Amino acid sequence: MHRALTMTRRRIVSSIPVLLIVIVGTFLLLEAAPGDAVDAYLLSLGGGDAGLVAELRQSYGLDQSIVKRLTLYVGALLQLDLGWSVAFDRPVLDLIVERLPNTLWLMGAATALAFSLGSLLGIVAGARPGSLTDRTLSIGSLALYAVPSFWLGLVLVLVFAVDLRWFPTAGIETIASGKTGLARVADIAWHLALPVSALGFIYLALFLRMMRAGMAEAWRQDFVLSARAKGLARRRIVLRYVARNALLPLVTMLGLQAAAMLGGSVVVESVFAIPGFGRLAHEAVSGRDAPLLTGIIIVSAVLVIAVNLLVDIAYALLDPRVGSGEVAP
Amino acid sequence: MHSPEGVAGLCLIVLLAAMAFAAPLLYPGDPLAIVGRALTAPFTDPALPLGTDRLGRDVAAGLMHGARTSLLVGLATALVALAAGTLVGTVAGLAGGLMDEALMRVVDAFQIVPGFLLALAFVSVTGASLPVIILAIGLSAWTGPARLVRAEVLSIRERDYVAAARVIGMHPAEVALREVLPNALPPVLALTAVIVATAVLVEAALSFLGLGDPNVVTWGSMIAEGRNVLRTAPHLSMVPGLGLVATVLGVYLLGEGLADAMAGRKARG
Amino acid sequence: MSAPLAEIRGLSVSYERDDAQSFALQGVDLDIARGRRLAVIGESGSGKSTLALALAGLLAPQARIEGSIGWPGLAHPPVAGRDIGMVFQHPGGSLNPVLTIGEQVAEGAVRHLGLGWRAAKSHALALLEWVRIPDPQAALRAYPHQFSGGQRQRIAIAAAIAARPGLLIADEPTSALDMVVQAEIVALLDDLVREAGMTLVFITHDIALASALADDIAVFQRARLVEKGAAHAVLAQPAHAYTKHLLAAQIDFSTPRLIDGVADA
Repeated sequence: MHRALTMTRRRIVSSIPVLLIVIVGTFLLLEAAPGDAVDAYLLSLGGGDAGLVAELRQSYGLDQSIVKRLTLYVGALLQLDLGWSVAFDRPVLDLIVERLPNTLWLMGAATALAFSLGSLLGIVAGARPGSLTDRTLSIGSLALYAVPSFWLGLVLVLVFAVDLRWFPTAGIETIASGKTGLARVADIAWHLALPVSALGFIYLALFLRMMRAGMAEAWRQDFVLSARAKGLARRRIVLRYVARNALLPLVTMLGLQAAAMLGGSVVVESVFAIPGFGRLAHEAVSGRDAPLLTGIIIVSAVLVIAVNLLVDIAYALLDPRVGSGEVAP
Repeated sequence: MHSPEGVAGLCLIVLLAAMAFAAPLLYPGDPLAIVGRALTAPFTDPALPLGTDRLGRDVAAGLMHGARTSLLVGLATALVALAAGTLVGTVAGLAGGLMDEALMRVVDAFQIVPGFLLALAFVSVTGASLPVIILAIGLSAWTGPARLVRAEVLSIRERDYVAAARVIGMHPAEVALREVLPNALPPVLALTAVIVATAVLVEAALSFLGLGDPNVVTWGSMIAEGRNVLRTAPHLSMVPGLGLVATVLGVYLLGEGLADAMAGRKARG
Repeated sequence: MSAPLAEIRGLSVSYERDDAQSFALQGVDLDIARGRRLAVIGESGSGKSTLALALAGLLAPQARIEGSIGWPGLAHPPVAGRDIGMVFQHPGGSLNPVLTIGEQVAEGAVRHLGLGWRAAKSHALALLEWVRIPDPQAALRAYPHQFSGGQRQRIAIAAAIAARPGLLIADEPTSALDMVVQAEIVALLDDLVREAGMTLVFITHDIALASALADDIAVFQRARLVEKGAAHAVLAQPAHAYTKHLLAAQIDFSTPRLIDGVADA
């Protein structure tokens, strides 16, 4: 456990400058937008006089120089103040904290589905490279990998919500159902089934393909020959020797895909009208809400760093070679 | 290229490219123009083989012109991403030291921000038009080639012939152009398929959310438009979606086929 | 003399390569005597490793096999792991990097001796002691990367003999190790076969190593068995030109073997 802790600390320290680049970059990008927060605010009010404009600019600090404002912004960030959302007229942090759990559930469930089913099917395919099962799963997963998640969402809605009526078309839970406890959890799970599938299937295909490729690689290793020379059962060779070694790059991929999945949740949440973090991003863009969008991008970067930290720890637990001086191949 | 997958990919891409090239010839008018009664069912009017959408626009024309947009965005993004990534990767790899460190932290920063969010933000700041969208998608696509080129440059840099070129007094930039780049390029090209496919999907998603170029037909906007009548006319969102699947699948298959062919030639040669 | 452990008759192994057949072994006749130590000598590509895989039934499925291997002492075809143990050249690669030493040594006993994991682990402990791994109790829970090359090879040997096979095949077990460690491994193998009464097939390109260990010697060149016999006889009076050449190359250590090989080819 000690080596994992050392590694975590090193990772956190090294991500600080990266996060700083993200903050400055995002701030500057959204500064470049025509019109500022006050314009957007006035637009939402339907106009205002010049005195109000000047007053508002001052209260937002918009009359200051850009360097000064950036310093102010970073200073506020350090106190967990992400600014004020123009479109919602609420603190950005409150909005994000309110929306984030829905997205984390969605992403967590999609990741669990993709990783478990993807690696399982990958093992089935990779157990006998070149077999009919292998080729079928390989082509099928490639086709699935080519499907855009938002369109897959529509297909799933069409089949399972409109035609079969098994699942609801949208939302995160039945409105005003008064459900509590387990019944509420079941209700949310029922609502999330289709969006989780829409978001997760692409990654399922990805993990399947990686597992399959990793196993093909592992079959060629010397230790597999020595396992066969020991006369071990094929099942044990496939699981403990081939699949166990092929699993490691999949764990790395889990971290690499965190950012892409967060991006994917924007469209999937829009398709299924889930009030989550991704949909908030869409709303920020539609409402020309630069402070909110800046906050969303920074929080998503922090989230991606956090996921990668977890993945590193998981990797260290799975691969005994990590952190012991010898570099893993 | 001998693998059946590669051949299938080639066929798909040739078909889509033919659609893209034929679009302005077969449908010279504006594909966004209203040409018939709204929601004409497919195969009922010979002039409108795939029917019309909710506003009475020709679905077949949209599909053909949509192929044009998708392929254009995919290829242009790949070009932008490869050019930018190669430049940054080469500079970082050759310069080394603090410059390398700084550039790689920038690459890290671009990689931890979800590419789709970055594209959203960029489009919302600059306004949606095709070049902006290509640039927006390129913003997150260049990091892969940059890392790869840098790694290649670092490994090639130490080899004898580059050292020899230095000894005879070639300028570092000249070494980069003449010796390093041609060797680093093949693995970078292998990334191209992934970049093209991702760009096609991201563009479609942006259009689906209403953030695409409003002046061109895209499959994403057709799907979004068809979504309003998903129950009564599902084909309006299904058909362009199939177009997307065919494009992305074709790109992946072709990419794998080419990679296999290259690997095969390398193994034999 | 009792019946041999294995009788190899007219054994050929070939692979289809670019529409041509290439032979890894061709027309080999060889007896492996029970309880003796046979050194199989040849340069890389001579077919000696193919012989090891053929004995253990581990040839790739696309290999074409002609001829026969008879096992007069066994009522059934030999089972890899239970009747034949194998040790390979690269001790780093032949151990699974992500499984503990304990699991990898014990699993053969679980599979073939019908032991439970607890019993197999204590069996593994005894084996690790036997192959002289320091602190075997801790070694059970450790991973391959925590050991030196020589120690890994000892562990690989322990794992190979976990199910008490009658035949141990060691395929170049020392050529990836340095000289001192080589000698230790050879001594260990020598002890093991003596104490357990195992038959040893020792595959090597190093004729000096073979002469130190073997009762019998078989020399391979380009897929063919060119000379076989008792070790002292073969070494004292080599009949085949290739054996003489190998011996000559060995005596004069200053002669780079690579150049001999080129001249030979």
